[in-house]
Amino acid sequence: MSKNSDIAYLNYRQLVWRRLRKNRLGMLCAAVLIVFYIIAGFAEFFAPYDYAEPNITYRYVPPQVLRFRDTEGFHIRPRVAALKEKSDPLTHEITYTADISHCYPVRFFTRGYSYKLIGIFPCRMHLIGSDGPMYILGTDRMGRDLLSRIIHGARVSLTVGLIGVLLSILIGSLLGTASGYAGGWIDVGIQRLIELLSAFPSIPLWMALAAALPPTWSSVQVYIGITIILSLLGWGGLARQVRGKVLSLREADYVLAARSVGAGHFHIIRKCLLPPCYGHIIVMATLAIPGMILGETALSFLGLGIRPPMTSWGVLLEEAQRVTVVLQYPWLLIPAIPVVLVVICFNFLGDAIRDAADPYGS
Amino acid sequence: MTNMIIRRLLLAVPTLIVISMVSFFIIQLAPGDFLTQKIAELEQRYGDASSLARVQELRERYGLDKPIYVQYGKWVWGALHGDFGESFRYEREVSELIWERIGYTLVLSIGALIFIYVVSIPLGIYSATHNRSLPDRVLMLLCFLGMSMPTFLVALTVIVVVFNTLGIPLFGLFSMQYESAPWSWAKFVDLLKHLWIPVIVMSLNGVGGLVRIMRANMLDVLGEPFVLAARAKGLSERAVIYRHAARIAINPVISILGMSLPSIVSGETIIAIVLGLPTIGPLLFQSLQDQDMYLAGTLILMTSTLLIVGNLLADIVLAWADPRIRYE
Repeated sequence: MSKNSDIAYLNYRQLVWRRLRKNRLGMLCAAVLIVFYIIAGFAEFFAPYDYAEPNITYRYVPPQVLRFRDTEGFHIRPRVAALKEKSDPLTHEITYTADISHCYPVRFFTRGYSYKLIGIFPCRMHLIGSDGPMYILGTDRMGRDLLSRIIHGARVSLTVGLIGVLLSILIGSLLGTASGYAGGWIDVGIQRLIELLSAFPSIPLWMALAAALPPTWSSVQVYIGITIILSLLGWGGLARQVRGKVLSLREADYVLAARSVGAGHFHIIRKCLLPPCYGHIIVMATLAIPGMILGETALSFLGLGIRPPMTSWGVLLEEAQRVTVVLQYPWLLIPAIPVVLVVICFNFLGDAIRDAADPYGS
Repeated sequence: MTNMIIRRLLLAVPTLIVISMVSFFIIQLAPGDFLTQKIAELEQRYGDASSLARVQELRERYGLDKPIYVQYGKWVWGALHGDFGESFRYEREVSELIWERIGYTLVLSIGALIFIYVVSIPLGIYSATHNRSLPDRVLMLLCFLGMSMPTFLVALTVIVVVFNTLGIPLFGLFSMQYESAPWSWAKFVDLLKHLWIPVIVMSLNGVGGLVRIMRANMLDVLGEPFVLAARAKGLSERAVIYRHAARIAINPVISILGMSLPSIVSGETIIAIVLGLPTIGPLLFQSLQDQDMYLAGTLILMTSTLLIVGNLLADIVLAWADPRIRYE
């Protein structure tokens, strides 16, 4: 802002931000996403249990209710009832019911299993914990706490989209500018390549590529592989947009001016042609993230994606793949809720950014 | 028009060639395929004259001792003559297996496509003509949700909810008693009873997107001078909207027909796996898990080919619907 006059001015970025801030739904979604990413970042702190540790005494425990009232009366601090085990005399199948006469209070900022915060600081502090078994979202077939698994799964599910989109942006803007700036046979070749990519149905191709990842790979290698696979198909649309923009600006006066004072190709692309595309790129990127998150979820759900011991929301949903299992233990579908929530938030946010990216419009 | 079709057909040829290459090399990427295992098994476990003869026959047919481009050439040459190789898991010809299922895939995909258009266009028109009203806002919110829903999870949820409330198992496309029965009217009715759920679930994403596009187009068109002129002539509002505005607003919607096909086919693949439908989606999944390479490759080739044909048809429909479009 200028100091000496009463007239203030806002640059493009400030205008966009001002407009974006007014979109309440968009801001709400951004806030929800930030919360999700914080939880994913400090997953060990937020998760009450170790996500990978099986506990065969508590298999398929249904979600436990947080109670404020038990046999002793009302409590401010929520409690969970103890679990009463019942074995079916015919099938030997074990079911659990709540035993309200024994309740454990939920403790906040309590000590639990030890871990390393952000992979560096040794720590035993957890947001919630309890003296007895406390499975707020139930457990899976190996007795692992579903809440802790969802919190840990967020790491993979939320970063696959981000990293995949970053790769997509990189490929898309590189080939898009090359296509628009160079023209000629490079342009024709890249455009044909994009058309070809769009002719492939994404999920079958993703499935085929994911199935080709060697079974000997570690789960980290598979994670990287899946991210690359997801980004391989996604860059076409972005490249097209960038190309269109570059094509229209290539002969603009300020670009010609830059060229006439002897700026090199690289300088022109970086300083003159790419900045006007940033708006497009950010919008396309935000709107592309949900597709990648869903892609990872779908692949892992089918068992072709992330491999244990790593976990993701798709891996958790894989347990719900068989309908008979879901009918018996419906809480295994709970990981679908964060998936849908995150996808919706990214869509709304992308839409809000798209509206805001044109601050001079009505 | 004829010229355009011929030109597009010619352009499709190199695309198909590249797609066939990609399909073939993707399946070659996978380590430890079924064929290698099968040959090892035939040689080591049996090892008698007839097994060795079979090994020789397989080597011969797929050119296994030749370099990879010869194997590809053999596969494509066979494919042009309707021989796509053999599924080693099912021990049957790939073409037979696909032939059994591709009909259902087409029925489901085309059904979903029709459903999407039949539902979205009226909703989009309604939404645009009632701009910013309460129903419009609710509809837009629903569209957003529809666009964001992971369809396979919706399919899973629908199965659980329908089973728990109505007690009907929704698995597959036929009830148990019709599964292997010959075609009859009753079987057809049974098919229709099972068909609507996958069709609706598959359409969710598409409807959400298309209503928004139709609404935006319609809003643009309603601001055009010719709509004003039509109103000034004293035409009824109905005639203005349906005969003048909607006809123009519909064109871009038709032009994305071809683009919506890949997402429908993608969605169909995974929904069919969840719902246990006898389409090519679950077959592809199974073949990828087994590394049944010729089956997997052919399925990828087939779906991509279907998409190219679909795109071509969409362009023809567009040229027919919009007289302003000229293809030289």
